[in-house]
Amino acid sequence: MSRSQSRIVGLVVVAMLLAVPYFLEEFWLQMGLFAMAAAIAAIGLTLLSGVAGQLSLAHAFYIAVGAYGYCYLAGDSGSDPGLDLPSGLNLPPVLALIGAVLLAGVAGALFSPIAGRLRGIYLGLASIGLVFVGQHILRAASGVTGGFNGRDAEPFSVLGFTFDATPMNVLGVEYHQLEKLWYLGLLFVAAGAWYAHSILGSRPGRALEAIRDSEVAAAVMGVNVPVYRGAAFVVSSMYAGLGGVFIALAYQRIVPDTFGFLYSLDFVVMIVLGGVASVRGAIVGAAVVICLPQLLDHYATSLPLVAAAGDDGLQPTDASRFLYGGAVVAVLIFSPGGLAGLARRLSPRHTKESTA
Amino acid sequence: MSQFFELTLSGLSLGCIYALLAMGFVIVFKATNVVNFSHASIVMLGAYLVASWNDSLGFFGAMAASAVVCAIAAAALDVIFVAPLRRRAGGTDAVAILTIALNILLGTLLARTVGTDILPSGAPWGAETTSILGARIPQTRIAAAIVAMAVMGVFYVAFTRSDWGVSMRAAATDPEAAALMGIRLSYVAAGAWAVAGVLAAIGGAFFISFPASGVSSSTGLLALAAVPVAVAGGLDSPFGALIGGLVIGVAQTLASGYQDHIAFLGRGLGEVIPYAVLFVVLLWRPSGLFGTKEMSRV
Repeated sequence: MSRSQSRIVGLVVVAMLLAVPYFLEEFWLQMGLFAMAAAIAAIGLTLLSGVAGQLSLAHAFYIAVGAYGYCYLAGDSGSDPGLDLPSGLNLPPVLALIGAVLLAGVAGALFSPIAGRLRGIYLGLASIGLVFVGQHILRAASGVTGGFNGRDAEPFSVLGFTFDATPMNVLGVEYHQLEKLWYLGLLFVAAGAWYAHSILGSRPGRALEAIRDSEVAAAVMGVNVPVYRGAAFVVSSMYAGLGGVFIALAYQRIVPDTFGFLYSLDFVVMIVLGGVASVRGAIVGAAVVICLPQLLDHYATSLPLVAAAGDDGLQPTDASRFLYGGAVVAVLIFSPGGLAGLARRLSPRHTKESTA
Repeated sequence: MSQFFELTLSGLSLGCIYALLAMGFVIVFKATNVVNFSHASIVMLGAYLVASWNDSLGFFGAMAASAVVCAIAAAALDVIFVAPLRRRAGGTDAVAILTIALNILLGTLLARTVGTDILPSGAPWGAETTSILGARIPQTRIAAAIVAMAVMGVFYVAFTRSDWGVSMRAAATDPEAAALMGIRLSYVAAGAWAVAGVLAAIGGAFFISFPASGVSSSTGLLALAAVPVAVAGGLDSPFGALIGGLVIGVAQTLASGYQDHIAFLGRGLGEVIPYAVLFVVLLWRPSGLFGTKEMSRV
């Protein structure tokens, strides 16, 4: 594909995404929102694992910090004494969003005494602990998190415009919460992808790639390895935090059980499927991993082999676990670049380059 | 005081089971440099087979049969999936992600098979307790400790004395030199995975006898506790796995036993203790208690 052609394809995709609320039903919008939330967080993990080469299994923890951080900062201060509601700071949602992202960044920085000392696989294994310890804290600190039952997320609002269920008519279509959040999500994903791209193309991005390829060589070239690795950790957890805020907004209620070890694994699967060092790949991977179980569930009645949720037979979540578990095995063995690498290899531009 | 003594003994016994589970993880890492997340599923497979065969074969018969199946299953995972990627020098992280995916596949399969049931392990020891120095200890725990010690003893001797042990250690120390000496690296690797499978089956059988009451769909997730045990002890040190197991076993049992005194830290603290201990150990020694420090040569 030539440059102008791919630009046209990009514009068409953007136009289609913008028009989605005019064509698709609630189910699709909801699924899209979950995919966007995951995509934001997955971009963060791709910066850390794909670009800086640091495997992390703690992503679910940082997403939880963002999600709960937003709920706490924006939530009611628990003025109703009759109900045992979790407390909150009652900040304006915009400030709560920024605060939650910063909080996730701080959580990432707090792990750096461990992250800075550990190398390679030891850090990846230690990060598993964060997920388990974090989930325990979420369940135990019920004054802030609501404990097992979780807590509600305050609707987002900016400059007096609230992303809630109040109907609003735009060009003949009733906008409810989902439609409004759809555009907010697109904006976040676009901004996240743009920022990640600009990191990749700049000095810090090249420094991180150098660290991934050889720590010693990078240090010799003057890259401050611990600082850059710590920074990658912080930036990645801030992405996770933003993804978490959006997950809270999309689910409207969050519970600790969401943010478990399997959730962390989902994110690793996303970036591997997409191709580890590719921002676009992370978005595609997130869409695949999030949408697959819901699509299988939606079409369970018309698909062979898959049973409807709750029935006997292959459950949609299990079916999608098999599918994407198998896909990761296949990708790692046959196409280490992931879907992005596959696309790159199949595109005519690449073949021209390689034959030249 | 007697409660403390009882809990400590009980913790040491739990620690022995953890050590068995972690040792399989460590042996695979030492011999093939692979962080094997699918070990958790193999543990669950072993436990499930013991639970479903103990009616017809008896507990020990079921354990032996399960050990054979797990050894074959683990070796097959290595030969079919892991070895191709390892040979291509995919890097530790890529192989680790591969084993994570294998763990998702195998774990989902087993969780589906077990469903919502809880299958008892069928161990011949009931809830009867025996008194040791005035402390009352459930017999399952004593049996677990004795069997774990015996199994580890056998493997220690095999590791240091047998040809198999020598070739495995040679392959771990310097793969190229070992290959030049006529050691088949692929055999050594598959052998290490098979041994890990045997340890997983035996450890799994005891792991579900106590404190759990049988195999459930979450056994695979609980068996992941072998990971912090192995890392805290030092990923490449079988002796570290033993010490790490004992430390974490005791810490976990004490935390659960005294949880009324530390209720402000939340219920169910015991489950996260392995990970909390892991953080403390790693802050102090980044390569675990007995792990070899990673060096980089330019």
